[in-house]
Amino acid sequence: MRLTPEEVEHVALLARLRLTDEERERFTTQLNSILEHFEQLEQIDTSEVPPMSHAVPMSNVLREDEPAESLSPEEALRNAPGQARDCFQVPRVIE
Amino acid sequence: MSGGKRLCELTAHELSELLGSGEVSAREALAAVYERIDETEEEIHAYVRLTRETAEAQAGEIDERRGRKEELPPLAGVPLALKDIFCTKGIPTTCCSRILEGFVPPYDAHVVEQCRRNGLVLVGKTNMDEFAMGSSTENSAFGVTRNPWDLARVPGGSSGGSAAAMAGSEAVVAMGTDTGGSIRQPASFCGIVGMKPTYGRVSRYGVIAFASSLDQVGPITKDVRDCALMLNVLAGHDRRDSTSIEAPVPDYTAALMPDVKGLRIGFVKEFMEYQGRRVEGEVETAVVAAMERLRELGAECEEVSLPHLNYAIPVYYIIAPAEASSNLARYDGVQYGYRTPDNGGDIIEMYSRTRDEGFGAEVKRRIMLGTYALSAGYYDAYYLKASRVRTLIRRDFDRAFEGFDVLMGATSPTVAFRLGEKTDDPLAMYLSDVCTIPLNMGGLPGMSIPCGFSGEGLPIGLQLVGKALGEETLLRTAYAFEQSTEYHRRRAHAIEEKDGRRSAVGRG
Repeated sequence: MRLTPEEVEHVALLARLRLTDEERERFTTQLNSILEHFEQLEQIDTSEVPPMSHAVPMSNVLREDEPAESLSPEEALRNAPGQARDCFQVPRVIE
Repeated sequence: MSGGKRLCELTAHELSELLGSGEVSAREALAAVYERIDETEEEIHAYVRLTRETAEAQAGEIDERRGRKEELPPLAGVPLALKDIFCTKGIPTTCCSRILEGFVPPYDAHVVEQCRRNGLVLVGKTNMDEFAMGSSTENSAFGVTRNPWDLARVPGGSSGGSAAAMAGSEAVVAMGTDTGGSIRQPASFCGIVGMKPTYGRVSRYGVIAFASSLDQVGPITKDVRDCALMLNVLAGHDRRDSTSIEAPVPDYTAALMPDVKGLRIGFVKEFMEYQGRRVEGEVETAVVAAMERLRELGAECEEVSLPHLNYAIPVYYIIAPAEASSNLARYDGVQYGYRTPDNGGDIIEMYSRTRDEGFGAEVKRRIMLGTYALSAGYYDAYYLKASRVRTLIRRDFDRAFEGFDVLMGATSPTVAFRLGEKTDDPLAMYLSDVCTIPLNMGGLPGMSIPCGFSGEGLPIGLQLVGKALGEETLLRTAYAFEQSTEYHRRRAHAIEEKDGRRSAVGRG
């Protein structure tokens, strides 16, 4: 087994997911069977092969920095679950 | 009515002619579509939201403009179904996730703007696997969609709602997105036409992101001509998507010549057999027959092997979740969407509970997988390794296209499977994408078109693959095949059969 329930719990914390005991158990089994399937990649020699992150070779697409219309504060905040004084509101982060 | 067909059953080019000549109004076409929706939605559930009011206003405006003898684009007045992944200004957009419940986008996606500009009338937003993660539309937070050919089966996914809307005549054209086959596989399962264009051909601005290096927007239609007409609307550069390609957009309908003489078509061995597992017998028979048909039409067909396609599944299920885990980090209950009512006064607790309550099981599984593949100590073994094998897959395609103009094979190893058949086994579900995933790895365009039916009457799809920006050759091949067959003329009838049985019982 590659992943222990403790590691699954750690990954969940990194991903900001709170798992129930049942979910942790199920994900441990399922993720291990998926990772086992991935092991076959080890058979391929890729020491001379560059990685590919994108299908279209392009980098640093630049354009003129022209001012344009953007959302008003009201529009930007319209979907917020919590807001106050033209800001997004969240639980206190600074004591 | 036209040739005994109801307006909702027409293709866009057929309807467009009637609209243009004034024989039918956009309002009448829209009413026919909603009438059909009223008959079928209880069973099919292709839509998660209907936009009757705005649609009627849009159709009325088109009729008025036509009445003033204004020159209108070819698809003006044609009813359109949009996957719920496209941001629509003022119309809720959820990606079929609880975490986006109540989200009303303040802007339109680029492709939605294009559709509006071209006069397409938005009928509603269609069902999909949550965040496009799935192959059956069973991962939607808002219920399953049923296949109009057999109500016990899935429509495929993740664009299952759009595909079912086409097969069930609940719209005239539809749109989806394709990250690993989410347009082509449901098109195959529903017996219709679906195209994933070249990566970058269509802007992703305003399309809710799943895996940004793989996502692409495309048409889902009743025939190949409609596919070309829709690609005319969608393709083109957009400065708001830095990956969109600055290449001229041809008139794709000009490519629709029923002629493949001299075209070199490679029959991809790995599309018919993955790691020793062959596609279903009836799928193989239909796809081989399609090759024979293309040969009769004058194409030169030969088998070709792309050996690294045998690793497509692990490569995809490392890269796509890795990108997704990063893209979906934005759903934290702060700027939009769902927030847990019970946050314990702590921000980490608020994030974690919001995400736990807002995401479904498959989305969590992929976020976990992606986070793990990118985490310290595992990055090289998983993400980097997969990215290197991705290069080998692309090289296999490049090599094949030195000898061939188009590649072909099955779209899916099976016909539509039964609801619930694969929901308990994620890996089995992942394997159903085996033929479609490689194209997304390489950024190449592909189509699925109907090429036959199983003994049980379920559609079988033929997959065609083109070179980068080779959509015209792809459309030409698809059109030549389609015009020499009758498969695209068959319409799904599960609803009628069910109603027939019902009324028979009633009379008895």
